[in-house]
Amino acid sequence: MAILVDEKTRVAVQGITGREGSFHTRQMKAFGTQVVAGVTPGKGGTGADGVPVFDTLEEAVQATSANTSVIFVPGPAAGDAIMEAAAAGIPLIVAISEHIPVHDVAAAYRFVREQGSRLIGPNCPGLVSSGKCKVGIMPNQLFKEGTVGIVSRSGTLTYEMVDELTRHGIGQSTTLGIGGDPLIGTSFAEALKLFDADPGTDVIVLIGEIGGTDEEEAAEYIGSRDGKPVIGFISGRTAPPGKRMGHAGAIITGGVGGPQHKVEAFEAVGVPVANTIQEIGDRVAAVLGARVR
Amino acid sequence: MKLQEYVGKELLRRAGVPVPAGEVAETPEQAEEIARRLGPVAVKAQVLVGGRGKAGGIKVASSPEEAHIAAQQILGMDLKGLTVTKVLVEQQVKIVREYYAGITLDRSQHCFILMLSSLGGVDIEEVAAQHPEAIIRTWIDPAYGLRGYQIRRAVFAADFDRAALRDLSAIIAGLYRAMLATDAMLAEINPLAVTESGSAMAADAKFDIDDSALYRHPDLARFKTESISDPVERRASELGVPYVKLEGNIGVIGNGAGLVMMTLDIIKQVGGQPANFLDIGGGARAEVVRRAIEVVLLDPKVEGIVMNIFGGITRGDEVAKGLLEAASTMDIRVPIAIRLAGTREAEGRALLKDSAFTPESDVAAATLAVMAQIRGRSGAAVGGNG
Repeated sequence: MAILVDEKTRVAVQGITGREGSFHTRQMKAFGTQVVAGVTPGKGGTGADGVPVFDTLEEAVQATSANTSVIFVPGPAAGDAIMEAAAAGIPLIVAISEHIPVHDVAAAYRFVREQGSRLIGPNCPGLVSSGKCKVGIMPNQLFKEGTVGIVSRSGTLTYEMVDELTRHGIGQSTTLGIGGDPLIGTSFAEALKLFDADPGTDVIVLIGEIGGTDEEEAAEYIGSRDGKPVIGFISGRTAPPGKRMGHAGAIITGGVGGPQHKVEAFEAVGVPVANTIQEIGDRVAAVLGARVR
Repeated sequence: MKLQEYVGKELLRRAGVPVPAGEVAETPEQAEEIARRLGPVAVKAQVLVGGRGKAGGIKVASSPEEAHIAAQQILGMDLKGLTVTKVLVEQQVKIVREYYAGITLDRSQHCFILMLSSLGGVDIEEVAAQHPEAIIRTWIDPAYGLRGYQIRRAVFAADFDRAALRDLSAIIAGLYRAMLATDAMLAEINPLAVTESGSAMAADAKFDIDDSALYRHPDLARFKTESISDPVERRASELGVPYVKLEGNIGVIGNGAGLVMMTLDIIKQVGGQPANFLDIGGGARAEVVRRAIEVVLLDPKVEGIVMNIFGGITRGDEVAKGLLEAASTMDIRVPIAIRLAGTREAEGRALLKDSAFTPESDVAAATLAVMAQIRGRSGAAVGGNG
């Protein structure tokens, strides 16, 4: 089992003829993902890597029954692309694009909610259900089927986490990158709820970072439920306040977003916070080992 | 991108918000000349730090001669590490009440929020910590914007001066228009002043513009360079390298923001002091690596470099080739240790054998190796900083 994407996922790629869009379309197909349509306005009727291209997402959905979209269009056009996907009735919208103006994301998010869709990202690596489906840009070769759910604000750290687990023979159910922007469509708490409801997930790894209060809200949710074990990690624990650490959302401002508060919030609800990726791996192994016995 | 007060006030003025009459001066003579036209003035240092007044960056002058002297004292002054090159010379206003009005992003509510407080003139974060009940919050639906009834409700709830309600409401509506018009992440008037004459005006202005939206604000994009005070950060910004200056002596380069943040944490855990944050992103080609090393070495405090590369989509051997190419075209005189892992890690490590880059198994080992080499170079006379 898995969350959000699986064998039934039918992906439409928004911005399929761009550099990133075409490269990652090939990678997704190589992973085994059903990429059923692409959208590039003005290039409707053509094809890209064996995928039919449409002018609008609406046409693509009508012709191919796509149920997930992945967005590679440049930041200035990406807010609009998110709204186009929601208007076309796409239930799951994965925005890989970075540098989308925050005011555009706020408007798009509002619309996505109104339409009853879910937005992942923006500025995220997408998600992978091991052995089933990849939507986004995570490296194909790292994954192994298993029961660890991973949710993270960081791309590369996620890859490293998956690699660490796979090298120790531990597989993953779904690996989800929620994005490094200050305003994102799916929060840690929402991802945890999905993993809690997934019978294929036994333990959850949460990779947070400084900035905002998403980790604290996740801790609040964890404290309110009797669910699966969660192992936490916070990067940027030594970052100074007021400095934006690469991710637009990774900034401590006005006393909000500091690491200590996040670590304390997790520890208060019994979530151990590891110091290194290797330590997370060890803790996951210990939890799974105890379950087997 | 944060904007100076004088730019912020111009944005407010354009949105119809009254601000004190004032002009920017870069010399005492200019300040004197402006004061001659405006009468009694305040001379305010234009630097992007808080607490300018307490640090001596704001002085009042009742004559043009006094304005000359005040500007002479402030221009060239060092305010929290920044040199003052501009002052705002502004007509004095007799303030009887100070309020706070700000609009910023509420990340967990996925929208912008208007905050009003009758406790103005002080840091809003202090108010939030000590008198949270004194902040009136109004969430703004992006589909409808900030409506008049919301402003009125907030102004009443914040217990603002009833005699100036109309002015104050108009200013808040103007603040919202200015924020929308500039793609601001933060637009703040503090203090929002009620003057002796009973009118209201913005006595200060703080704007933080969304960098991702600068492409649609070319008039503001030119302030980008002046918004970065550190010279190395400024150069990195010009080169398009995501770089943040820190305090230590170990330069840091990695791929991925989260990975680099973790690298800084590990360096500190083993007793090192990172000099910077630098993310080369995905697909590190030789040119990107070369530019990254160049930027890190612009900081004279850097005595060694730790690189942390996890090959995901990028292959380890390609990264290694990039590093070797970069090194062959540069004169690198500091020790560099690299932790290289992930896809084609073994091939990458093999390439780096006998190079200037010492491959290490993890970041802690790489840091300790660099620290040992730094100590070896500087001799026993210099103690560690661990």
